[in-house]
Amino acid sequence: MTPILELKGITKRFPGVLANDHIDLSLNKGEILALLGENGAGKSTLMNILYGLYQPDEGEILVNGEKVTINSPTDAINQGIGMVHQHFMLIPVFTVTENVMLGNEAVKKAGFLDRKKAGDRILEISNHYNLKVNPDDYIRDLPVGVQQRVEIIKLLYREAEILIFDEPTAVLTPQEADELFKIMRSLVEQGKSIIFITHKLREVMDIADRVMVIRRGAMVGETTPAQADKQSLAAMMVGRAVNLEVDRTESTPGELVCSVENLTVADKFQNIVVDDISLEVYSGEIVGIAGVQGNGQTELVNAITGLQKSLSGKVTLLGEDVTKSSPRQITELGSAHVPEDRQADGLVLPFPVAENLVLCTYYKEPFAKGVLLQYPVILKNAEKLIEDFDIRTPNAFTPVGSLSGGNQQKVIIARELSRPIKFLVASQPTRGLDVGSIEYIHKRIVQKRDEGCGVLLVSPELDEIMELSDRIAVMYRGKIIAVVPNKGITKEYIGLLMAGVVPEEPIEFDETAVVEATF
Amino acid sequence: MTTDSRVIEHKRVAEISSTRKIIMGIVEILIGLLIYFAFTATTAAEVLTKFVMTPGGIDQGIMADWILPSKVTLTILAVISLVIGVYQVIKGFGKWTNLMVGISALSLIFGFLVWQAAGKQLNLAGMLSSAVLLAVPITLGAFSGILAERSGIINISIEGMMLMASMVAAIVGSVTKNPWLGLLGGILSSILLAVILGVLSIKYKVNQVISGTVINIFSAGMTAFISQKFLQHIQGLNNPKMFTRVPLPGLADIPLLGPILFNQNIFVYLMFLILIILQVALFQTRWGLRLRSVGEHPKAADTLGINVIRTRYMGVILSGLVAGIAGAFFTLGSVGRFDEGMTAGKGFIGLAAMIFGNWMPIGAIGAGLLFGFADAIGSKLSLLGSAIPPQFMAMAPYLITMIVLAGFIGKGQAPAAEGEPYEKE
Amino acid sequence: MSEEKKDLGQEILKEINQDQTPTEHVRKPFLGKAAIPLLAIVTGLIIGALLIAITSQSVYAAFGESIGKGFSTAFSEIGTAYKALFTGAIGDPVRMINALGGDDAKELRQAFNPFLESLVQSTPYIFAGLAVALGFRSGLFNIGVEGQLFIGAACATFVGYSITGLPAWIHMPLAFLAGALGGALWGFVPGFLKAKTGGHEVINTIMMNWIAFRLTEWLLSGPMTRPGSGGMPISPIIQKTAEIPQFFPSPIRFHLGFFMALAVAYLIWWLLFKTTWGLNLRTVGTNPRAARYAGLSTTKSIILAMSLSGALAGMAGAVQVLAVNRSMALGLSSGYGFDSIALALIGNTHPAGVVLASILFGTLRNGATRMMVVSSIPIDIVDVVQAIILMFVAAPAIIRSIYHLRKPKQEEQQIFLSGWGGQS
Repeated sequence: MTPILELKGITKRFPGVLANDHIDLSLNKGEILALLGENGAGKSTLMNILYGLYQPDEGEILVNGEKVTINSPTDAINQGIGMVHQHFMLIPVFTVTENVMLGNEAVKKAGFLDRKKAGDRILEISNHYNLKVNPDDYIRDLPVGVQQRVEIIKLLYREAEILIFDEPTAVLTPQEADELFKIMRSLVEQGKSIIFITHKLREVMDIADRVMVIRRGAMVGETTPAQADKQSLAAMMVGRAVNLEVDRTESTPGELVCSVENLTVADKFQNIVVDDISLEVYSGEIVGIAGVQGNGQTELVNAITGLQKSLSGKVTLLGEDVTKSSPRQITELGSAHVPEDRQADGLVLPFPVAENLVLCTYYKEPFAKGVLLQYPVILKNAEKLIEDFDIRTPNAFTPVGSLSGGNQQKVIIARELSRPIKFLVASQPTRGLDVGSIEYIHKRIVQKRDEGCGVLLVSPELDEIMELSDRIAVMYRGKIIAVVPNKGITKEYIGLLMAGVVPEEPIEFDETAVVEATF
Repeated sequence: MTTDSRVIEHKRVAEISSTRKIIMGIVEILIGLLIYFAFTATTAAEVLTKFVMTPGGIDQGIMADWILPSKVTLTILAVISLVIGVYQVIKGFGKWTNLMVGISALSLIFGFLVWQAAGKQLNLAGMLSSAVLLAVPITLGAFSGILAERSGIINISIEGMMLMASMVAAIVGSVTKNPWLGLLGGILSSILLAVILGVLSIKYKVNQVISGTVINIFSAGMTAFISQKFLQHIQGLNNPKMFTRVPLPGLADIPLLGPILFNQNIFVYLMFLILIILQVALFQTRWGLRLRSVGEHPKAADTLGINVIRTRYMGVILSGLVAGIAGAFFTLGSVGRFDEGMTAGKGFIGLAAMIFGNWMPIGAIGAGLLFGFADAIGSKLSLLGSAIPPQFMAMAPYLITMIVLAGFIGKGQAPAAEGEPYEKE
Repeated sequence: MSEEKKDLGQEILKEINQDQTPTEHVRKPFLGKAAIPLLAIVTGLIIGALLIAITSQSVYAAFGESIGKGFSTAFSEIGTAYKALFTGAIGDPVRMINALGGDDAKELRQAFNPFLESLVQSTPYIFAGLAVALGFRSGLFNIGVEGQLFIGAACATFVGYSITGLPAWIHMPLAFLAGALGGALWGFVPGFLKAKTGGHEVINTIMMNWIAFRLTEWLLSGPMTRPGSGGMPISPIIQKTAEIPQFFPSPIRFHLGFFMALAVAYLIWWLLFKTTWGLNLRTVGTNPRAARYAGLSTTKSIILAMSLSGALAGMAGAVQVLAVNRSMALGLSSGYGFDSIALALIGNTHPAGVVLASILFGTLRNGATRMMVVSSIPIDIVDVVQAIILMFVAAPAIIRSIYHLRKPKQEEQQIFLSGWGGQS
């Protein structure tokens, strides 16, 4: 049987990087092919080539055995290829119907939109594949799980046969992810074919029919979940044996470093997104905040670090009321903050590494005397931190924007952890990083805890939370619905909480349950 | 489980915070006090204010004059504003808050007019009629801005496009003795500048504010150069035939409204026509959906096969077209001659009107009429022999623009991808 | 990098301006960073020449006779005009050389007067260009330099004529400072509005321009009018003690203000690249979100930057009134405020670059005055040429494609400006 899709010798170079190196891939009709690789391995580049967003430098694409050229998404759509992007390609101020029909509109005479017709078609698809949506809702009002359904409907509306899912579970609760897998199953049962891009081993084992592993731009192996186990897949993906667990000793919580009492915060649209939250962090422990993105974590962190005003409630840090303090006052008390969006918040990309390393302390001795900056000291500091934290940069003058994501994050980690701190807020500290950097940053955070620092870790990656935290607080729609010690609880239990379901009876903790690894 | 598609509902700050409620109330009370102490208290008891309700020189849609006892009227206006304010502070109007602030502001403006015209007469209809006329370039400028910005391009060069169009319209109109050809010439010159803006911002990805500034400087220099080199010496080049008043049959006979809205020149009708077309086209047609998608999330649009670059060029060029009409208004619909710098910042006020109107055509025309009204008050009052220096009156539209921007921006919804060049990678 | 003595500020500055030694694959472009601005200026002048030719009636008449005659007339028109531009801007080379050889001091001064006058013309440009450049570095687009300049001039004038009996060494600096303060106030307002309400500075500064024009018009024909001027909008003449001294006897106007401008340029460079305040401004200007995260006050930074920018613009007005005009009239500015945007960009928003660009533009405008007399070409052609130069500087790709230059490996200096959304 001819594969429905074949890639032969696809090569793509970016300045200084060989993103895809003669990659061959084939997809059979009605199967789910997992494309496994860590962040930056070249999976997304390959799929963007397939979707016409990039042009390959070499190689060819065959659909149903026929060679095709795909120069634009339109070509891809015409070949029956559709893609659910990692960052949803949805317009928040448009309705579901408008988003789905955009580019392929149902119109009456003279180009007037026929929203009714398109809406009916959406309902039809939605019933057929069990993808529940309301066509008239605005995207901005929908939970991410539903937004993803809209993305899938967009493809089905265009009658795509080959569906590419790019890291689709990143923003979902485990339950939502299971739900998605059911949908994917039912799609292949109805004759669609799926390429599933991921770096999570568990998902590959759960859903894929076949796995291809990509590393540093090259295809390094092909297998099936039946033949492989997680350890071997991980080794294939990273190129060496990986220790899937962080060495973490029992925590020894000391005095209270941060307490949040009845905190309420609104977003810029005046919606209450942190709703009457109370939380405590003690020295020498890591408190993980689990929750699907967009449940108020960002605003909670902003309020604690002084970046956002709260409407009511109180934040106490190291014994001082900092509810109305500025970020600088809070920093000077001895707290550090690894921000969620490193490029937007944590760094000034055109500035050199050296200046970024003193971003929060440049005005203090020894980096400044009065108003005069002391560049020799700033440089010395930079050279020390570059070495201590293994930041790969040509030199201290290089604009930080030209470093890789992992090294950018290391600049932030170096800057924040090198100060004598007693409290650390780490917001998604490993987002989008490769395994090496993740291991490194996790180690540093645990090390800081062992030194007696209180850590508040926020991450939508449940694995990361479960691996690092001593206690886990689950946030759902602006509230903390449970705080549990990270001992013997299961991922499913936290997952239920993340979905807003509070089990009526206390769950029996299974002491033998194994905490799942990162992948 | 989470299989629901429930819309996320958050509590709103207004439900738990009363700051805004109280501030609005205090503003209204202050307005009431201002009316009372500045206007009522300085007006003699027996004085009358006479408002003429038919614009001068018009014999259709006549309405009887309106004579008010100044002091009583002012007292009533002050009381209205105070009552609204006190109720707002104590109980609050909820979703009617903005309407009530509007009524209070209207009381202030009306009170000011009554006070200024106390013991005299003021042609209110004439003032409204000229307000509509003065609103034309501002509103069209705002429409021009909407077209560009909905596609994701900040067009700060509306001023320059208007200036160029006004000069070219004057020259072409003079040479051909045909205002229609003049209008066409003006539009074409403005579109040419729009193409340059498009190439700089879209193709070369120059910061859009800077590319707009290039066009503004170029226009100011070029029009001054040509004006001094030719227009000032050769009368025949700067003497265009103007568009005249065209009363719309039937509608022009409605008292008050007829003379104000339906007995104007072609530009006023064009303004309303573009309003309707734009409002419908943006939100009800395929064209509008695609234009807006490119301004909100160009990458999403691109993945669905919409040509982002072409759509943005279209938005910018249409923006130029509308700015061209606005420019031609100055020479062919208002003054009848080109003067250097005659657009006097109207293009920028148009941008403010666009922001104030929340990037909606219907909102933009509301803001445009407000600015036009402010302008009209200024010019009318200096005719009345008001004690306020005419220069201060002339500042009013600029001041109002700043106040409006300070109060309303941030609450509006600018197109999300505005100002960002699109990189296809 | 082991040497500690090395001036790190300089080093880092170089990095910021991406002036690194190019990697082995990329040939360093001709003249380095100055290539694009220089080629932009040359191209602008060529287009200006075309404009002169196509708006000349005699050229058309000559083309009517024959094509050859048309071209020769066009070239001679352009030649006459640009020759006038040159002698008006720099001086008559023959006369200058002769004067250098001779020992007539007066003749020497007069021969070099056009050049000195160009520096006089450049002085307000330097201040105004610095105002815009400082704004850009702080992430703000100050289009309100023109208005700030008017208010600054009015304040300086007022202090200059109304206060009597002060010694010159107090009065002159006081009047100059008053100008700076007036401009600072006019910059403070849009800065405050931007920081506190998000009202975009571009629109607000433009509105402030118009308010400034109306206000000065009222001041000059009302409270500040010259007695006996018959309602003409002009101020009284300032006191002798308030004058910024000129170095040579009339008609040579070369004055101390030029050196004050250079000193201020140095000060701004020092502020931006050597002090914590400057790092603060640049951080907020480049990434306001990161600045807020790092504990900087964006509000303070925006207000400070706009006030400082306004103060520089106010100095431009003050220096013009105190050193050159000696009284204030409405025709004070020949559009310094708008030209300064081009200056800041051509100078790569670096104080030294701004000084060079300003001297160039001052020279151009000075020469254009003579060109207007000789060839009756309206002086506004300078604005057209400036707009074209600005366009090329803003879009270097155009210049590179005209002259087949290679693209530099690193991206050009970027100006960070926000859309209408406000602060972030």
